[in-house]
Amino acid sequence: MNQVLTAAPLSHYVLLSSILFSIGVLGVLFRRNAIIIFMCIELMLNAVNLLLAAFSVHHSDPSGQVFVFFIMAVAAAEVAVGLAILIMIYRNTGSINIETLSNIRH
Amino acid sequence: MTQYFFYFLSFLAIFFAALVVLSKNPVHSVLYLILCFFSIAGHYILLNAQFLAAVHIIVYAGAIMVLFLFVLMLMNLNRDSEPPKSWQGKVAATLAAGLLLLVFTASIKGADALPSGNQPDNTVGLLTNLGKTLYNDFMLPFEVSSILFLVAMVGAVMIGKREEVSE
Repeated sequence: MNQVLTAAPLSHYVLLSSILFSIGVLGVLFRRNAIIIFMCIELMLNAVNLLLAAFSVHHSDPSGQVFVFFIMAVAAAEVAVGLAILIMIYRNTGSINIETLSNIRH
Repeated sequence: MTQYFFYFLSFLAIFFAALVVLSKNPVHSVLYLILCFFSIAGHYILLNAQFLAAVHIIVYAGAIMVLFLFVLMLMNLNRDSEPPKSWQGKVAATLAAGLLLLVFTASIKGADALPSGNQPDNTVGLLTNLGKTLYNDFMLPFEVSSILFLVAMVGAVMIGKREEVSE
């Protein structure tokens, strides 16, 4: 066994990331405020980032951490566009409750 | 010593993540998410990935969460404006997330036995190694992400702009 992961075994990192991802999924299903749903998506992205970094250190391969860097960049772009869309929706409907957005499909 | 740090930071991250979902006030949710991101940055430092920790704090706590807070203040939603959800919805959401967690935990049993492909190297998360990989192997994705940023910036401005035609 290599001694690169000093803090905890790899399975604990996987467990931690799974719990954080599940909390993010729970928030997306649980809440109706669109901004909080957005924040839970960020939480899921961070769980995946943490797991990528842990596997990267486990394999002693920097590519995984470069991918985390790219995921952060894409997340920043996504948040900028998504919050602009939310502001537009709020301006048109006066609410960001996702229940009121279900009339988009009609 | 670092083991205790790992479990402490894990507890903090999960605790604050749960508070993000459970707190009524959206502004409190944003603040708890910032604390959760700081504990994840602590995890990166424990992994000896200093560059990721710094970028994580700068990008998430510094830029993205400030954007969230700004939008919340702009919409004047810093109070509990959410109608209560039916109990069937809550039970269904909790069940779905719990089953997902069960599937994840059932599928990780062999994670510790995974072989590490390369020579053990503690300096993999330092800026020198990451920069060499980023500018040699990932040059094209790096350039493409700059185009993505440009498109996102133009898109955000276009979407956020008021339409004069409809007025």
